[in-house]
Amino acid sequence: MRRDVFQAIADPTRRAIITLIALQAMTPNALAEHFDTTRQAVSKHLRVLTECELVKQEHQGREIYYKLEIEKMKEIDKWVNQFRKIWEIRFNQLDSVLSTIKKNKK
Amino acid sequence: MNNNLLFDFTVDKITKMVFINREFAAELPLVWDAFTKPEILDQWVAPKPWLSKTKYMNFKVGGRRFYAMVSPEGQERWSIQEYTSITPKTNFKMYNAFADKDENPELPGSEWEYNFSEQNGITKVSIIIKNESLARMEKMIEMGFVEGFKMTIDNLEKLLTTLSKK
Repeated sequence: MRRDVFQAIADPTRRAIITLIALQAMTPNALAEHFDTTRQAVSKHLRVLTECELVKQEHQGREIYYKLEIEKMKEIDKWVNQFRKIWEIRFNQLDSVLSTIKKNKK
Repeated sequence: MNNNLLFDFTVDKITKMVFINREFAAELPLVWDAFTKPEILDQWVAPKPWLSKTKYMNFKVGGRRFYAMVSPEGQERWSIQEYTSITPKTNFKMYNAFADKDENPELPGSEWEYNFSEQNGITKVSIIIKNESLARMEKMIEMGFVEGFKMTIDNLEKLLTTLSKK
């Protein structure tokens, strides 16, 4: 199964987890309180997020805290730029199509 | 092409919406045609070296455009656009979904809204794309556009190298 930032954000529960831990590192128990699902389900999502390298575990005493890897989130911005680029190319192509049509009309 | 025409592109990751605004140095009726007539659409919507091939297009409410993006190797990626609202030369809306070659859609798709306005011979087109998920947005790129783009850059580099050798 693919493990990247897009896989990480493909699921609504994982997106909610990301939003929560973006504010502060949290333990799986504290996270589970925010969802109707089981603690196991939350742990499974945390495992996917960890495998996607979007969250990192931090041990504090006996507790494990999950925190967000902000740098990894920036990959989404890179992707957004690619998307923008495609539209730029498209529109430049449309510019030349339009000017050709205008020339042919004259 | 270097000009002073507006182009902005923003993505709202929370609402999963994409906003695109672009101005064109042409009058509204022509720009409208470029977005709504298959023979013109096919000339520009596919980033080269990809080709756009419209199998059929029925531009009316409830009508469809069934088309493919064709890779340089001849691989076809089909999509369906279904028009949900049309106000001639002003606005149209559609639902876009990837599909197989037999016109079976892969849901969910995305909702698109186009707005057209003209001022002093410059036509502004505003596009709003609403996606079910960010993953769906990512797929738009996966459908080969990135490779298409990379290839364009590669071709350009080759061309530049050839030219500079002369």
